[in-house]
Order: sequence, then structure tokens, then C-alpha cells
Amino acid sequence: MAPETKHLEVTLDTHVESVNLAEEMCVRVAEASGFNEDECYRIGMSVREGVINAFHYGNQEKPEKKIHLAIELTEERMIIRVLDEGKGFRLTDVPDPLAQENLLSTSGRGIFLMKAFMDEFDVHPGKTGGAELVMAKRLPGLGSPHTNGNGSAPNSGAPHQEA
Amino acid sequence: MPSLFATTREYSGITLVDLSGRISLGDGSALLRKTVRDLLDEGRTKIILNLGDVNYIDSSGIGELVSGFTAVRNRGGELKLLNLTKKVHDLLQITKLFTVFDVFNDEATAMRSFQ
Repeated sequence: MAPETKHLEVTLDTHVESVNLAEEMCVRVAEASGFNEDECYRIGMSVREGVINAFHYGNQEKPEKKIHLAIELTEERMIIRVLDEGKGFRLTDVPDPLAQENLLSTSGRGIFLMKAFMDEFDVHPGKTGGAELVMAKRLPGLGSPHTNGNGSAPNSGAPHQEA
Repeated sequence: MPSLFATTREYSGITLVDLSGRISLGDGSALLRKTVRDLLDEGRTKIILNLGDVNYIDSSGIGELVSGFTAVRNRGGELKLLNLTKKVHDLLQITKLFTVFDVFNDEATAMRSFQ
């Protein structure tokens, strides 16, 4: 028998409040999955940054566009996907916020934080356009190898976009 | 309910801004921006942000701190940070902003640093 996978999907409006809503939802799932307070904070922050990215950069704050959030719980991982309806982007095109010339930039740290706070992170082209951010955290007690932006994101039906 | 509250105190030409809550996308970041802009409009360019009761900052909030830092510096002043919580401290560390801001753990030392 296949291991049980729990799946939750919501469609969010392109609105600031969606950022808070997505964060709260994912933190609740993380808490129920046994993550400690620090890990819940990191997961919540990562989801927040993912939805901010979709809201601001992907959907360009256009209210007619939607943000699609999916949470998947497998036996090993909590996987979160954030899909926007924008033009998509490549990780290689994202400036390094730690570079000296970018330190005083007022934006551009969201992707960095997601990569820092999650065990796995990658960006795929969405099936219907836009960018799909895929991030995962291993469930408590299973360790946390980092494979961020190296094409090691959890299974996705979307073709992989080399980072 | 607002996610961030700000109150200001002034001693010897130095303005302390006590912040509490979240500096995040939306009204938190907006209030920080307005607070710093208002102070600059009043000619107050020696500013300490007391973040002792700020329990959360996201990338938008980090951007607003950097924006405030730059705006104050462009007016010939200085914006410094006081009393970082562990989460905020860690965020500034991993984003290398610890090397940009003057950060203090006690108010008296922060005040003296302007002399």
C-alpha cells in the first residue's frame, strides 16, 4: 500500500492579506506535524516570502491574478508550492543579496531567505505560465540535508529549470 | 489592529524610536517608513531604532530598515539599531547587514556613540 500523503490546496487573491493568511495556514500545518517553534518560524517566513514574491514580482500586485498555494505532507517532508500567474523567472537571474554592491538594496532578499530557511528550494516554470516556487522541510527527527537551488526540489510534474 | 507601534523620545538631539510588533509587508513597513521620513522632515538626523519589542521582520521590513538607513545617511545623519531580539539579530547576520548597521545592546552606549 502506498504511503499516505496529505494534500491541501488553496487559491489566494493577489492581496497583502494573502501573505499573512498563507503564513498562518502553513505554520498551523507545521505545528500539527511536530515542528518546533524555531522550525515553524522558518517555514512561516519562507511561505511568507514565497507569497510576497508571487504577489509583488509574479502577479505584479494585479488583483485579477491569483496565487496558488499547495501544502503536501509525505511521510518524510512538508512540501510547499507557491505558483503565481506572472512571467516566471530563473534563479540564475536573481542577484545575490550578499554581494557588496547589493547590501544596501531595499529588496531582493526573499529568495535568499527561503533558501536559507528550508531544506530544499527550487523554482520551476509553472504548467500554465508563471513561476512555481517549491520548498520542503524534512519532518522532525529525519535530519535536514540542504539541496537548495540545485535541481533537487521535491517531485514536480513541471519540467525542471536549471538553476 | 496595527502590526507595529512606534513612539519617539528625544534626548540631547538624539531621537529614540521605540518599536513594538512586526515590521513586515503592509502597515508595519509603512509605519516605519513614515516614522523615519517624518523625523527627517523635522530635521532629526540622529536616530536610534529600539527593536527590543520587535519580534518579527520579513524581507520587506529588512528593506525598510535599509531604506531608512540610507535616507538618514543621505541627510548627513546616522540611523542605529538597539536591542535586537534573537530572531532579528540572526536575520541581520545571515543577510550580512550586521556589517552595515551600528548595533547596540544598551541605550546609554548607543546614545554615547553619537558624541
